Amino acid sequence: MQRIGVFVCWCGSNIAGTVDVKKVAETLGHEPGVVFSTDYQYMCSQSGQDLVKDSIRTYNLTGVVICSCSPRMHENTFRKAAASVGLNPYMVEIANIREQVSWIHKDMETATEKAIILGRAAIAKVHLNAPLIAGETPVTKRALVIGGGIAGIQTALDIAEAGFEVDIVEKSPTIGGKMAQIDKTFPTLDCAACILTPKMVEASQQENINIYAFSEVDEVKGFVGNFTVKIRRKARYVKEELCTGCGLCTEKCPQKKVPDEFNLGLSNRRAIYIPFAQAVPKVATIDPNYCTMLKTGKCGVCSKVCGVKAIDYTQKDEIVERKYGAIVVATGFEPIKVDKFEEFAYAQSPDVVTSLEYERLMNAAGPTGGTLLRPSDKTHPHTIVFVQCVGSRCDEKSEKGKPYCSKVCCMYTAKHAMLTREKYPDTEVYVFYIDVRTPGKNFDEFYRRAVEHYGVHYVKGMVGKVTPENGKLKVQASDLLDNRQLHIDADMVVLAAAIEPDKSARPLATMLTASMDTNDFFTEAHPKLRPVESPTAGVFLSGMCQGPKDIPETVSQASACAAKVIGLLVKDKLVGNPCVAHSDEMMCNGCSQCQNVCPYGAITYTEKEFRMPDRTTAVRRVAQVNPAVCQGCGACTVTCPSGAMDLFGFSNNQIMAEVDAICK
Amino acid sequence: MENNNLREQILFTANADPKKCMKCGKCSGACPNYDEMEYHPHQFVSMVQNGDIEPLLKSESLYLCLTCMVCVERCPRNVQPARFIEAVRLAKIRQQGENRLTPQQIPAKIEEDTPQQLLVSAFRKYTK
Ligand SMILES: Cc1cc2nc3c(=O)[nH]c(=O)nc-3n(C[C@H](O)[C@H](O)[C@H](O)COP(=O)(O)OP(=O)(O)OC[C@H]3O[C@@H](n4cnc5c(N)ncnc54)[C@H](O)[C@@H]3O)c2cc1C
Ligand code: SF4
Ligand code: SF4
Ligand code: SF4
Ligand code: SF4
Repeated sequence: MQRIGVFVCWCGSNIAGTVDVKKVAETLGHEPGVVFSTDYQYMCSQSGQDLVKDSIRTYNLTGVVICSCSPRMHENTFRKAAASVGLNPYMVEIANIREQVSWIHKDMETATEKAIILGRAAIAKVHLNAPLIAGETPVTKRALVIGGGIAGIQTALDIAEAGFEVDIVEKSPTIGGKMAQIDKTFPTLDCAACILTPKMVEASQQENINIYAFSEVDEVKGFVGNFTVKIRRKARYVKEELCTGCGLCTEKCPQKKVPDEFNLGLSNRRAIYIPFAQAVPKVATIDPNYCTMLKTGKCGVCSKVCGVKAIDYTQKDEIVERKYGAIVVATGFEPIKVDKFEEFAYAQSPDVVTSLEYERLMNAAGPTGGTLLRPSDKTHPHTIVFVQCVGSRCDEKSEKGKPYCSKVCCMYTAKHAMLTREKYPDTEVYVFYIDVRTPGKNFDEFYRRAVEHYGVHYVKGMVGKVTPENGKLKVQASDLLDNRQLHIDADMVVLAAAIEPDKSARPLATMLTASMDTNDFFTEAHPKLRPVESPTAGVFLSGMCQGPKDIPETVSQASACAAKVIGLLVKDKLVGNPCVAHSDEMMCNGCSQCQNVCPYGAITYTEKEFRMPDRTTAVRRVAQVNPAVCQGCGACTVTCPSGAMDLFGFSNNQIMAEVDAICK
Repeated sequence: MENNNLREQILFTANADPKKCMKCGKCSGACPNYDEMEYHPHQFVSMVQNGDIEPLLKSESLYLCLTCMVCVERCPRNVQPARFIEAVRLAKIRQQGENRLTPQQIPAKIEEDTPQQLLVSAFRKYTK
């Protein structure tokens, strides 16, 4: 039999104003097993805690029930108090008589009755409580950052500067992400490369940072503090440690007709290439889909010209296995495919481009050397029509578009319009908008400048049809404010395509058991209060992979994310939560249902030998819970058809005892 | 909000939700018969929503919509503007003496190459 003490808190008048606390203490004092019962004004105060501690000692209490506010407030306070006088902290239970009683009831009699009932339930539970010991696991003091865009770079730099090792895994041959493709950045119009490339160089020189470019994550095992990750280093057919990035091979390669993905196919590269001059690492990569040597065994020019003998046509993918304490997802975004929107004739005319393509056409390092020329005939465009919200803000059931606002396109379209007018004042620029969304520091001022200073024609309405005809693009659109339909002969049409998460994000989320929303953006642990953590312990979020955001927001989030990672890595050991699931192996029938519902991947199966009642031996498949991964959510316990799964601290028996006490 | 009964009836016939409209005007940007019409597809959506239906009932626009369904196809929010135009048109011609087309008018309209199907469809569309 337990020796239980009951402590009823007034919470000033918060509880005592509606609940007759004296009566609660008096009544609960008569419950079986209760050897001491009292009430006090502020149980959480120092003297309140001392009262609990003294009583534990004086009455040799083996269990404690505190009737007070929500356990979310002070469960930890009272557990600590109990532990300080040698009582196992998991022998303390809270009956919530504030949020669940005094704050929602007006009538003293009903409230008092309910408080007594909740107290009884807690007492019934304590009778079945057993001391629990939290396990400890060591923390691997290294972080993995998946994705080397501005988000991943910033997070990695911050973690590295705090003194921890960081690996960046980037799937393309260079880090930098979309920002490397952008020309100038709103709202200050500084050149993207000028602010990004120093950071890329810093990342490559920081001794705590190790960059696995042209690599992908193949497998993730383990749990917070102790992840084991397999990284696939894809074959470049070039020895990274030897290549100096001189670029001679990329000039001599005879295979010249390969669409250049960095310029979004607006120019060609060779079969062996370095994405752009400031690439990090600056190493050549052979594209096996185009290399004649790899396809037919004839050529070998690059190998002949390479002065350091870096070319290796026999290179194979290599798997590296590394351990990490924390994993950061920074996989960014892609613009959606716009050819599905036939009305804009993207697939029919090369002069209809996406905004990202327009960035390349404006960029001094782009396919036109920074002179704006339209792709079809390389002439200077005199009329350009920008269309906002292409594929954003669509009906939820839309097959072509996305239901959300992509957030950055209003601003970058204003940027494009402004830069175009500034450089080419003879060019008429129209922007068709549904709403102009420019919240943000100096953002609306920026947009107004495009209109008032640069004379960009902003038209409230949408383009309904684009028809390529005799070298022009016939644009038909509505002008809602003037109540007319406009017909514009344009030279170019620029589509502000919606953004979507990178396609590789979904399989990655599965590997990490991290959750995503219906649009494949990673979900945060709490949308307001824990925005850079994923609900999966040890997995953190940085940048566009979590939702649309511009560079300033991406960088702030990236640093916030680093702070959380550092907070984890400075710990030597993680104290686990002992309230985890465990299976009764005799009852488990190996059906796999618990494994399917476990959101954290905590359950595995083993084949075990059992002595059967008839003295034979049988091998059975039974569930096993990894207590370091289990978060104690209880999903498995309610799913298990044979009742084999149970939670420490919240066992089926304890919950039934509480229910019985309430229904008595 | 005037004309509530009529509005309810039109919403019922249209079987579409004008509240989903985000006022982008893509329907009217796409409409091939825009210049002929006094009220345009996005206005039908908005005016039905506001119960401002009398002007629509009086307008020739009811018969100028080609029912090509381009507005329905292009609307990002699946509002289906043409359904509202059709619903207002039905509300009009279903009234006593409001048939748009009578058999007496036919001979004058027939040309040599007028397909018979056109006559059948016209009766379906313009009479009760
Ligand atoms: C046309 C256009 C213009 C813009 N202009 C501006 C502007 O002027 N100012 C501004 O503030 N913002 C602008 N933005 C927004 C800006 O591009 C983003 O805010 C920023 O790039 C987000 O950075 P990120 O690192 O989250 O994503 P990204 O830049 O997309 O980087 C993600 C990186 O992760 C890599 N990756 C993806 N999946 C994996 C995987 N599974 N494994 C390994 N690596 C992976 C990718 O290859 C990429 O390198 C613009 C956006 C567009 C489309
Ligand atoms: S940011 Fe502007 S252009 Fe982009 S989807 Fe939102 S409203 Fe449309
Ligand atoms: S309690 Fe939740 S986290 Fe733990 S094993 Fe069961 S389902 Fe997984
Ligand atoms: S259905 Fe009518 S309103 Fe809609 S686009 Fe066609 S003609 Fe215009
Ligand atoms: S296209 Fe659809 S959402 Fe846009 S104005 Fe027309 S009805 Fe409204």
